[in-house]
Amino acid sequence: MTTYSTNQFRSGLKLLIDGIPYSIIDNEFVKPGKGQAFNRVKLRNLKNSKVIERTFKSGETVEGADIVELEMQYMYNDGAIWHFMDSKTYEQYEIPDPAVGDAKLWIKEQDVCLVLLWDGAALSIEPPNFVVLQITETDPGLRGDTSGGGGKPATLETGAVVRVPLFVQNGEFIKVDTRSGEYVSRAK
Amino acid sequence: MQNKNAVLRARAQMYKNIRDFFASRNVLEVETPLLAAHTVSDPYIQSFAVQEHFLQTSPEYAMKRLLASGSGCIYQICKAFRCEEAGSMHNPEFTMLEWYRLGYDHMQLLHEMDELLQLLLDRPAANVMSYQSLFEQHFAFNPHTATIDQLQSCANNEQLNLSKAALQNLTATDWLQLLMSHVIEPKLTGSAPWIIYNFPAPQAALAKILPQEPPVAARFEVYIEGIELANGYYELQDASEQKRRFIVDNKTRKQNGQPEVTADTRLLSALEQGLPDCAGVALGLDRLLMLQQNLASIKDVLAFPIEHA
Repeated sequence: MTTYSTNQFRSGLKLLIDGIPYSIIDNEFVKPGKGQAFNRVKLRNLKNSKVIERTFKSGETVEGADIVELEMQYMYNDGAIWHFMDSKTYEQYEIPDPAVGDAKLWIKEQDVCLVLLWDGAALSIEPPNFVVLQITETDPGLRGDTSGGGGKPATLETGAVVRVPLFVQNGEFIKVDTRSGEYVSRAK
Repeated sequence: MQNKNAVLRARAQMYKNIRDFFASRNVLEVETPLLAAHTVSDPYIQSFAVQEHFLQTSPEYAMKRLLASGSGCIYQICKAFRCEEAGSMHNPEFTMLEWYRLGYDHMQLLHEMDELLQLLLDRPAANVMSYQSLFEQHFAFNPHTATIDQLQSCANNEQLNLSKAALQNLTATDWLQLLMSHVIEPKLTGSAPWIIYNFPAPQAALAKILPQEPPVAARFEVYIEGIELANGYYELQDASEQKRRFIVDNKTRKQNGQPEVTADTRLLSALEQGLPDCAGVALGLDRLLMLQQNLASIKDVLAFPIEHA
């Protein structure tokens, strides 16, 4: 078991608090000239992504969480289980639907994702920052028509719905930023 | 680089103004060793050890030895070293202004501090308030009599979300310091400095304890824009009380798993010889320069912060 003292706290460090894995977002050291110092720490719960704040007495130690981040290729899913393969070792992982989360809106077979593993089990999946997907359904939209805020909804092959410019047509491939869920450009 | 040069010049001008201020008041500039055989016992301050010596965390012990040997009123601008994390408010090596006034108590000295701050910063006179009034204003309880439960529920209301270990181990003094540094200090803002005096007796450090009910430590702290800037005492003169505080500090150090510090016998014999009735204060000049130049980080006022030193 690895433990960390507050003076080793850095953003990105993974800690286990009350049995839940957290990642440090921000660590503020508050030290009066005389008296006890404290560390005010912002932490992200790696299971549900919620952010909490915690105050530690400087010098106390906290258990580390055994977290690794691996590049994995998405292979296929059978509805409940998503199958991934470690890009380096070719080891296969079965990841339950809830852990895949919103990544399922963006990924296609063979996409390489970042998978966060805690004690060997997947916690979350980060899709590539940009993906190219085909539009399966969108209104025709007339060229030069700028009503409706200059955009229209389009459903993609993965089921995600993004706003696209009016000139983009059904069946076209578009590039999407998965962090914002926004259309970037036409692809091809 | 333009900006750095402006800061270098502002620092030089500030030192000149400080020296003029003390020269006009007949306070003598002195130098004491930065490398000495003993170091501070305060369990919350860690020193750098250099072979058999320690880099000084403040010139306090040495300056008191000068006072005991008849130096009269003295001041010093010097480097101080503390083994701690660097951040926007901290650098392990920093510059301190420390001065001592014979025949002053902490209340007289805090007024002289206010005059110096008005000279160096473009700000109005300080708000001067007792530690008790400050807590009563913010939390509506008396800090000298508050129970741990009261302090803990107050920290809960302020959503400080303490770790389990902290919840189990904090003393009443720790809780007060937590509320002070996390809740009150960030609110000590506005253009006028804040000077807070008469701290709880357990936070006396090297200050006299005034025999009133409840007893208070004759100590003051200065804050500007939520930044802690200076700490002053009506100085403890009693050698046996000083000896007792060394022992208490070392007990705390032992509990915290920190190295114990041998009592500075040279300071003790100076106190036995007789420290004149006096008040003293230490002011962080890097932070003062940050405030004067409107800069957000101590790194912005140092020629080379520790990462580049």
